[in-house]
Parts: sequence; C-alpha cells; structure tokens
Amino acid sequence: MPVFHVVVCGGLVPDPLQTLEPVQGPAGWGLKNESMLPAILDPWAASALFEADSLARANPGSRVWLVSAAPKAKLQQVLMALAQKAAFELVAVDAQAGGFSDAAECASALAAAVNSIAGLDRSRLLLFGGWESASRGAGATLAILGEMLGISEQFQGVDQASPKPDGSLEILERVEGGRHQVSLLSAPPALLGWATGSLPEPPNNPQVGMLNMRSAMPALQKAAPSRLTGGGLALSSVELPSQRRDTRVVKDMPEDQVAREIVEWIAEK
Amino acid sequence: METILLLVAAEEDGGLGKPALEAATAARELAARLEGAKLLAGIFGAQAGRAGAALAGAGFGEALLVEHESLARARFATDAAACQALVAASGASLVLAPATSRLQRVLAAVSARCRGAVDTHATALGAESGAVHATRWFYRQRMVGRVSRERRPWFLSLEPGVFAPHAASGDLVSRPVPAPLPESRTRVEGLRSPSSGAQTIRPDAPLLFVAGAGWCKKQADGLAHVSEAERLILGFLGKSGASLGGSKSVVDQKGEGGALSFLTHLNQVGQTGSTPRHAKGLATCCHGEEPHTVGWRFVSGRRAVNLDANCGWAQGKADVLYVADAFKVMARVNELLAG
Ligand SMILES: Cc1cc2nc3c(=O)[nH]c(=O)nc-3n(C[C@H](O)[C@H](O)[C@H](O)COP(=O)(O)OP(=O)(O)OC[C@H]3O[C@@H](n4cnc5c(N)ncnc54)[C@H](O)[C@@H]3O)c2cc1C
Repeated sequence: MPVFHVVVCGGLVPDPLQTLEPVQGPAGWGLKNESMLPAILDPWAASALFEADSLARANPGSRVWLVSAAPKAKLQQVLMALAQKAAFELVAVDAQAGGFSDAAECASALAAAVNSIAGLDRSRLLLFGGWESASRGAGATLAILGEMLGISEQFQGVDQASPKPDGSLEILERVEGGRHQVSLLSAPPALLGWATGSLPEPPNNPQVGMLNMRSAMPALQKAAPSRLTGGGLALSSVELPSQRRDTRVVKDMPEDQVAREIVEWIAEK
Repeated sequence: METILLLVAAEEDGGLGKPALEAATAARELAARLEGAKLLAGIFGAQAGRAGAALAGAGFGEALLVEHESLARARFATDAAACQALVAASGASLVLAPATSRLQRVLAAVSARCRGAVDTHATALGAESGAVHATRWFYRQRMVGRVSRERRPWFLSLEPGVFAPHAASGDLVSRPVPAPLPESRTRVEGLRSPSSGAQTIRPDAPLLFVAGAGWCKKQADGLAHVSEAERLILGFLGKSGASLGGSKSVVDQKGEGGALSFLTHLNQVGQTGSTPRHAKGLATCCHGEEPHTVGWRFVSGRRAVNLDANCGWAQGKADVLYVADAFKVMARVNELLAG
C-alpha cells in the first residue's frame, strides 16, 4: 500500500453569495469591507482537501497538511467549520492574499511554508491545491510553487487521481470539449491542481474537528507574518461591469407563443 | 522596444486550433500598436513544422520550432521544456499564448523558469505610449481590471473566443530550436469522454442551453419527470446544436438517483464551474442565483424560462424571462424545430 504526504494549498475567498465591490486604498486595490465579508476555503482548494483526506484514509500511514496564506483571524473562523470535514495538520501564513495580489509573490510565501514542514518526505509528496482560485482565478500560484519546489510533474484541472497498489496514480485532467486527458504517473512527487474532483462535501465529524483544532490553534499562533507588496503587478483600474439588464418579464403568455418567440430568437443572427 | 513571442502548440495533425489562431490576431494587433516591435512565433508539437503555415501573413518575422515525437500530446514536463527553449531562443519580452488547457498547464511555471511574470485569461490587450496593458477579470468574473507590469518577460494567456481567428496567406520562414526534453514519470494514455457518451459540451455553438435543478423536481402533479426531462433536453440539443450547461444543483444530483444522466461537473456553469462564451444562452428551470450567473459573464443574449416570476433572472440578469413551464415550452420548441 503506498504512503503519500499530501500538502494542500488553499486560500480564503469571500462567500460567493456576497456582493463584492472593488475599492482602492493606500495599500492598493481590495474589496469594500473586505475584513467583514464572511469567508470560505477557496472552493477548488476545498475539493483538493477532501480528495487528500480520502486518499490518506485509503492509504494508511499517509499524512495531510493544509497550507493557507490568509489573515489569521479569518482563517480561525473558517477552520471552525472546515476542521470538521477532513483531518489535516495546519500550516498557516498570516498574509492578506486576495484577488489583487501577485501569484508569484504568494507562491514564494507558500514555498517558505512548505519548506518549513517537519517530517515531510519529498519522495512521497503530492502537492495539491485548486487549479484556479475564486479570487485571482489565474491558475498560476500552484504552478509557480511547484516550480519553486522543483516538482517536475504537474497536472491541472484534475477531477480524479486513483492510486494503484504499486504507488502509481491514474490522473484525469480536464481538457477542452468536456473531456478528460488520462495520464499514468509512475510515482510522486507531483503537483495536482484540482477542479471539482469526484467527492461530495464530507459530513461534519466533531471528533475530527476536535483533533484538528488541537493542533491548528498552536499553528495559528505561530503563523509567520508575510507582507505581500504586489509583486510588481500594477492595476490602473478595477471596476464592476454594468451588468444590470432591463429584464422583460413575460407572464401569462401561452406556451405555444413562448416557444415561437424562443425559436425565432435562436434563428436570429 | 518589445519582442513579442506567440507561443502555440501544434495539434496532432499538424494544424493549429482556433484559440491559437485567435491569439495570432491578438499578437499582430498588439505589435501594430507598438513602434518597432518584433513579432515571432514559437510552435511546439510532434508536427510543429507543418503548423507554421497557418500563421503566415500575420506579420511574424519567423516561426521558431520545437518538434519532437514526445510533444504529440500535452504533458507538463516536456511541454514546459519546449516552451522554455522557445522563449529563450526568441529573446521575447512579451509572451502571448492562448489560454487552452495545454498552454495554461505550463505557462506560469515557464514564466518562473524564465524569471518573468505572468497574468492569465486576458480578454483584451492594449498599448499606450509604448506601455502594454491587459484586461482581465477578478473574483470569478465579478469585476474587471486593467493590469500592466514592468517585469520582462511578461507572459500573458488570452481567453479563447475574444479575437477573430487569423486566416493564413503566403509563407512563413521557420527555424528549428534545440530543446533538451526531460524524461518524465508521466505517461499520457489518451482522452476519455464522460461515461454517458453524449458529447454535450460544444464550445463553438452559438447557443448555450442551461438546465437547472427544476427539471428533476416534483412538478404540479406532485411527481418528478426526469426521463421526460432527459428526452426534451437531448431532443433540443440534437435539433439546435446547442452546448449543454447545468447549474451546480443539477449536476450535484448525479448519483443520488433521479438525476439527468448525461450531466457531469464538466457541464457546470458558474462560480465553481465554467464561464463559457456563446452568443446566446437559454436558461431553463434554473433559479439564476449569483454563483450561477457569474458563469454567464460572456454570454451576450440571455433568456430564461422559469415558473417563478421573482427568480434571479428577473433581477436584471436576463433580457427576457418567460414565466412558464419549461416542460411545456421545450416540448413545443422541439416540435417547431422539427418543422
Ligand atoms: C461555494 C459555492 C459555489 C457555487 N458554485 C456554483 C456554480 O458554479 N454554479 C451554479 O450553478 N451554482 C453554484 N452555487 C450554487 C448556487 O448558489 C445555487 O444554489 C444553484 O445555482 C441553484 O441551482 P438551480 O437554480 O438549478 O436550482 P434551484 O435553486 O433549486 O432552482 C430550481 C428552479 O427551477 C424552477 N422550476 C422548477 N420546475 C420548473 C418548471 N417546470 N419550469 C420552469 N421552471 C421550473 C424553480 O422555479 C426554481 O427557480 C455555488 C454555491 C456555493 C456556496
């Protein structure tokens, strides 16, 4: 049975049900009331964490770390819910890493955190994360981090990673046209940027939560502060699109007429 | 003075895909706005030499090639090495690439190897007084910003569907570039379609048809009509050639029974799904909540059919909301399309 050391990298993002508005402050662009907005673990990174947890449980002896660069207080809030969903050891970096930060700069902060993990066996390393964040949406941070850590096998848009008894993994990556590219990775180390994966969100497990929090609280306390300064990214403007349409709400129209309107509309060039 | 390199992958048959040809147009247009800019193409693949012809007439000085059997299929280790060699040989200060799965997989890592900077998913490029800027979206298409950088080489990937594809004319000289390709622990086995077999995602279709969870819910008679929903939706896709999208709620139902069998997470549109580009979109039985509609950012004409006059589509998100039963409407639409 193979043993994996899975490091999951995931930032925090505002709950997608919130309304977001860009504002320019002395430190550059950010979101209005950013510190007040309820946050969640970046959704695709959350898929990665759930997949890591499942992989570790199926392969005894494996370990999972969650590396997150986020404001400490926010991370603590998010952990309250997240810690019940999957078992992990937290490595926290106290940093404000939102949508307007630079991917390479963020990757440097994460690299320092990964390099500080005691007991991490690089020959067993699977570096996980979301293939794109819900903030920058660049698909760059993880790849640059992989490069900094010297990981030569990288996969993006991963929906499945199935280990074989010999330690190899079959990996499915999203490609165009709703298909997957299937690859066989003979052995770790490797980087996997996850898309949705194939697991539902796990139910809450208070016991796992208690265990996680016991190690997470000291990790939060000793979170190294990291000041991200923008990494040379200049943003001359950020604005909300003028997105409100003048919706025509059609009530009480017979289905036949609705259908005719739709068919005509489809045919319009 | 900028040296612009367009970085593209040759298809297995030695052609170039539409996103690569669109990026060629973007590169040509940008070069035209920058005085004295040098424009080069870098092509990698098993048939890179043949692909150069598709870029003729776009103003490229020459095409640099890395051609090797092991580049027939997308794989990080070999693709990244090929791209790195092309960037190095070109001396590029700006590297443009289509944001396809293949280029997106390697671009950021190659930027790190070249000690450059990277921004991805650009939807427009511009230049003012010799300074290049790119437009990209933040927070899953919720806001749009204009970015620029001093650092070079600056790597930018370009969203497909924004620029007109280049139509080749004339010839383009090419030059092979040596690239040491590493051994890899990854063996690419091939492509796999979702188990349902139906090819429902059609990025080039003019119309996006979105199915929401309402298709699987109990209807006025107190029963769910999932097989009828499947028949209506597949019938419509067959007749209209539309691409199929789904809300998160409807694709998550997979495996719980009573789900639309041909939908997978790959169909999902929205916050944690895709943001496809289509001229028109028709949403059916979908509530139009914000985490869903952010995926509609690049769908121009929008209509929705929903029983609920107060659903999200009514709040300025659709051009037209038909308050009607989608089962009845789509049955009639299919009849009309059948002629
Ligand atoms: C972190 C996060 C990420 C998310 N990401 C996404 C995402 O990527 N994509 C996404 O879609 N959602 C996403 N969501 C979920 C989103 O908030 C909504 O819950 C989801 O979009 C609802 O899907 P729905 O409209 O299909 O279902 P419902 O909200 O259940 O709506 C069903 C609709 O069907 C209508 N209906 C029923 N029967 C009929 C009929 N016969 N004719 C016409 N109308 C009918 C009903 O009136 C109702 O409006 C996300 C949420 C979170 C928290």
